[in-house]
Amino acid sequence: MGKIFMKGNEAIAEAAIRAGLNFYAGYPITPATEILEYLARHLPVRGGVFVQAASEIEAINMVYGAAAGGARAMTSSSGPGMSLKMECISYIALAELPCVIVDIMRGGPGLGDIQPAQSDYFQIVKGGGHGDYRLIVLAPSTVQEAYDLTFESFLLADRWRIPVIILGDGALGQVKEGVDLYDKAPVLFEKPWALSGAKGRKPNKIVPFNLEALELEKMNLALQNKYRAIEAQEVRFENVNINSKTKLIVVAYGTCGRIAKSIIKMAVEKGLDIGLIRLISLWPFPHNEIRYLARNFPSTKFLVVEMSAGQMVEDVRLSVSDDTRVSFFGRMGGVVPAPEEILREIERKGLC
Amino acid sequence: MKKGRIAIDAEVCKGCDFCIAFCPKKLIKKGPHPNGCGFCPAVFSDTEEKCNACKICGIVCPDAAIEVFQIGDCENCDDCKCEKEGDNG
Amino acid sequence: MLKEKKILSRPEILTGAFTFCAGCNHGTINKLIAESIESLGLREKVIAVIGVGCCSTMYNFWDTDAIVVPHGRAQAVATGLKRVHPDKIVFTYQGDGDLAGIGMHEAIHTPNRGENITTFFINNGIYGMTGGQGAPTTLLGAKTTTTPLGRVASEGVPIRMCELLETLSAPVFIQRVALFSPAETMKARKAIEKALKCQVEGRGFSFVEFLSNCPTNWKMTPLESLEYVRKMSDYFPLKVFREPQ
Repeated sequence: MGKIFMKGNEAIAEAAIRAGLNFYAGYPITPATEILEYLARHLPVRGGVFVQAASEIEAINMVYGAAAGGARAMTSSSGPGMSLKMECISYIALAELPCVIVDIMRGGPGLGDIQPAQSDYFQIVKGGGHGDYRLIVLAPSTVQEAYDLTFESFLLADRWRIPVIILGDGALGQVKEGVDLYDKAPVLFEKPWALSGAKGRKPNKIVPFNLEALELEKMNLALQNKYRAIEAQEVRFENVNINSKTKLIVVAYGTCGRIAKSIIKMAVEKGLDIGLIRLISLWPFPHNEIRYLARNFPSTKFLVVEMSAGQMVEDVRLSVSDDTRVSFFGRMGGVVPAPEEILREIERKGLC
Repeated sequence: MKKGRIAIDAEVCKGCDFCIAFCPKKLIKKGPHPNGCGFCPAVFSDTEEKCNACKICGIVCPDAAIEVFQIGDCENCDDCKCEKEGDNG
Repeated sequence: MLKEKKILSRPEILTGAFTFCAGCNHGTINKLIAESIESLGLREKVIAVIGVGCCSTMYNFWDTDAIVVPHGRAQAVATGLKRVHPDKIVFTYQGDGDLAGIGMHEAIHTPNRGENITTFFINNGIYGMTGGQGAPTTLLGAKTTTTPLGRVASEGVPIRMCELLETLSAPVFIQRVALFSPAETMKARKAIEKALKCQVEGRGFSFVEFLSNCPTNWKMTPLESLEYVRKMSDYFPLKVFREPQ
């Protein structure tokens, strides 16, 4: 089968179905609504349950229930909806249940607008909900990658018993590209901890709650051990054009990662040595890789490009540990920067 | 006339007095000694064998602290769940 | 030949002492639900969805599959569970703040979809776990820590959930019961069994509201609190609002 021309949102929905999605609950919100609508058409006739919830909060709580029952469960939204879901995400994290949540980011804060942005980084990667928890966060930059990462997210969620966020933006959600919908059997996991009626076994209890502080601390320590293991095994990034001649490394993810690739092409024509580290996993964050680049290329500068006031840049500054080497370029409010304007800024500031 | 008796788990009873208030034959009263939780549990006292196993005490008990036994002539039924003869359980 | 036959004892589903206050009807209701489950042979099929409040500690002694969920969201979680396990018996157990306060959204939309689950709504007109604040079902004139002068209508008129749900066509069984006497307690037991049977038969959404007590926060003895519940039933009538067809 050749490639299918589809929207990022549609590719995400299709990938979920092929990964064995059993249950989806969602609520309309621009620019993510096509995920809901695609699954309304396709999921029930392909073996899954679809529910349009009456609120974003209801949707994530339905996912909590379905995931507790051992199902592969997903919801999708944009920034304002993710804000609503945070309490339940905190519960799901402590309950150590797998699920996939898609955030197609838009301009904020508040009602904001419907254009692409990356201003949910703090909320999603640092944890917008209460308590000490982490989520695996994956940031695709093309429709094909959105398909690939969504398909894989269910496996990661099940393997690690953790919610996985697919963090896209309005550009990715809406753009149409050719997608190879390769046929791959999903890897399924046994879930002996799931709630399914205690027949022939002791009852399972999913209780993200313990009034004995020492016991709750133990539960937290178990989570922290898991997070250390994930940090050691699930870091993902892509290096482009990084070598001893690289004067400037752009650090970006998602749509900005894609824009950065255009910058590199333009830079080559101008004789400028610019490379890119495109982050694919935002948590676990590639701290070690960035630290390694900073140490091994001691005169190289870093430019973080985000569609925000500067959120991921803080993590880059932490990894480089030298503020004089890290610059930031950002557009806010749903504005997508052109590669030319970023290149002009690089030249103006003499970063390269 | 069916006869009965009850057994109150003194460590589970919280001394709420529901069984005392609702026993139609007033066979239950508040005991004098606190249990391990500090509640004074209810005590069953039926010297005249008036209890007829109506189960009202067990029905109203919020802690499922009461077992109710029916004492009667054996009917030799297939469904026998009877305790051994004369055994006080 | 005299023999003894045990005719009433603690249901096996309930392991260990209850975490509730002396005289709290949560204990009675837990016991009645457990009895119904056992008499209907449903123990291995049950998944309990437990809300936030004094009831949250139920998981300590309730011996079936169970989950504790965010405040107000039990019916959404139950929907997810039931949709992926349609042959299992899923019930929610929620207090008045959980269902009629923060959970009011789910309390309307879950029944409105006719989800084949059962909701047990424990209405004692107060927020017990947090120390006695007013609830959406607190009677007018009642003094709580947030209505120290007695509740007035501008703080909200107490909401009658059964009557509210009666306006929806989807729910198949709605009944309000209480536990202030042995006779009323037996009616409650029958209502629980009827609700669970609705679910077993795949009929749709069933709802039992229990007028319940809170001796601790009402500052009454357990027996006094039962009398207050009797008074509550003047405002919240005890009846069947919808019979399963």
